[in-house]
Amino acid sequence: MGRYVIRRLLQMIPVFFGATLLIFLMVNVMGDPIQGLCGQRQCDPATAARLRQEFGLDKPVWQQYLTYMGNVFTGDFGTAFNGQPVTELMASAFPVTIRLTLVAIFFEIVIGITFGVITGLRRGRPVDTSVLLLTLIVISVPTFVTGLLLQLLLGVEWGVIKPAVSPEAPLDELIVPGLVLASVSLAYVTRLTRTSIAENARSDYVRTAKAKGLPCHRVITRHLLRNSLIPVVTFIGTDIGALMGGAIVTERIFNIHGVGYQLYQGIVRQSTQTVVGFVTVLVLVFLVANLLVDLLYAVLDPRIRYA
Amino acid sequence: MPEPQYDDRGAIAPTGAGGATDLALSEAETLERPPPGSPLGTGPSGKPRSLWSDAWHDLRRDPVFIVSALVILFLVIISIWPSLIASGNPLQCDLAKAQEGSQPGHPFGFNGQGCDVYTRTVYGARTSVTVGVCATLGVALLGSVLGSLAGFFGGGWDATLSRLTDVFFGIPVVLGGLVLLSVVTSDTVWPVIGFMVLLGWPQLSRIARGSVITAKQNDYVQAARALGASHTRLLLRHIAPNAVAPVIVVATIALGTYISLEATLSYLGVGLKPPTVSWGIDISSASPYIRNAPHMLLWPAGALAVTVLAFIMLGDSVRDALDPKLR
Repeated sequence: MGRYVIRRLLQMIPVFFGATLLIFLMVNVMGDPIQGLCGQRQCDPATAARLRQEFGLDKPVWQQYLTYMGNVFTGDFGTAFNGQPVTELMASAFPVTIRLTLVAIFFEIVIGITFGVITGLRRGRPVDTSVLLLTLIVISVPTFVTGLLLQLLLGVEWGVIKPAVSPEAPLDELIVPGLVLASVSLAYVTRLTRTSIAENARSDYVRTAKAKGLPCHRVITRHLLRNSLIPVVTFIGTDIGALMGGAIVTERIFNIHGVGYQLYQGIVRQSTQTVVGFVTVLVLVFLVANLLVDLLYAVLDPRIRYA
Repeated sequence: MPEPQYDDRGAIAPTGAGGATDLALSEAETLERPPPGSPLGTGPSGKPRSLWSDAWHDLRRDPVFIVSALVILFLVIISIWPSLIASGNPLQCDLAKAQEGSQPGHPFGFNGQGCDVYTRTVYGARTSVTVGVCATLGVALLGSVLGSLAGFFGGGWDATLSRLTDVFFGIPVVLGGLVLLSVVTSDTVWPVIGFMVLLGWPQLSRIARGSVITAKQNDYVQAARALGASHTRLLLRHIAPNAVAPVIVVATIALGTYISLEATLSYLGVGLKPPTVSWGIDISSASPYIRNAPHMLLWPAGALAVTVLAFIMLGDSVRDALDPKLR
């Protein structure tokens, strides 16, 4: 187990540097950060040259990347366009997005797995067909349309929720945005659980469990679910990174000041340090989540042994 | 010692962000080649049917397939000849009629600039279909060539490619789109398509790699190899026809999600730009007025949803037909 963890950690290193380098290059194509600092006005050439030297932008890209990474590992993510340290922006943005992601994952687990179990055990029945159709519809309506419609109906027409989330983003205001963020993954979790349950429901060990007279709920929770949830856990784990990155759209609709909002501001204002910093952390979250999922396999499925 | 197959598992949840390109792969998990001896059924003449004619036999009887294929046929026809059902010009607008509702001759009403929503919705199909088809073709070609080479030859090239796909999977798609496309000033669809190919190929290359690895272990491939067939012949004549089914299924489902991604990027303001007529642009420009004039948003959004739904359902039914294990 220990050796396996170490090998996975070592494998993460090239992926981490590759992804951050890719983003670094993309952002470099994005535009001149000095022009972003001057805002709408044209920069004074002398000032621009001095700033360029001060930020090390006159050096080649690979050297800039190395310097930046060196700084990151000492906890210095640079400064945003308004002179605020990027770490300060992160401290205010990440808690909000993490809360939003947690709400989304909660919905995925509770609603997705419940629907998946119900439909998987009743394949071909009307419940199954209607839930499947519903998931297809949820998958095909883009998230921003779902979000705008829910905001209009619940927030404006019926007044059940506040149309925009306040800056502190308390948990109860994040319920509907979390549901919107989760919607597409929720449909996938339902379908994945359904397929997995339906496959395992025919297996020998379930028949044995039934034959020895276990009550139905015990067969489902102890025998069927434990084996069927392995692919679902994988999906949810890899989804964590995708949800945090995808929060851009949801956060824009509901005006939530989280990671997506800061990233959007960073891109609009061409603040390379903000963009690269946030993306670096997101990539790291994604990689760690994947690693945890692989380790969870062993807990869920004792047949797997790590060399 | 067995190891968890994280490489293949990872394929179910690609870079997607907000779901746009969280391609409908969760189900691809179950997508495997049918076992060689699976009952393929026999035709009326008693002749054994191939996998493809068997799939076609099933598809012709599948109502989901028929409905989605008809919808897609209709979309393709109106994106080639939009004037067949819309006589107006999508760029001809009358500000005096801005935000007005349905009127005789203008069933969907007018948008914020006073353009006819019906005409714009019809003309928007062309953009969406072009983006979807071109992006899918690009992704499928690049992904399946790189993936099958990696699966066939293995070794260093395979390891490099696997790490490279890991790198691409680490970047959320919408995020990459915001960063890369925010510099583009061109008002054509090509930068958006290029971006989708750039970030989309790793997903298909994983699928292609996996199915080539499965196919190359078959006896007939070993036999052909023993008879001295060249690498090219092995790949093209023996492996490709038996490894292409999962790629086709995933690509069909992906087509729908690329259309949805284009709309999402246009909504964020980095996708297509006016004067291109696109559902994403129309939804985006209608969203501030959703309270007073919801029709401006609902029609293009409905058209978008139906289109994406049609492609996803088509991919779904093709998968069911090609994968006898699920029956």
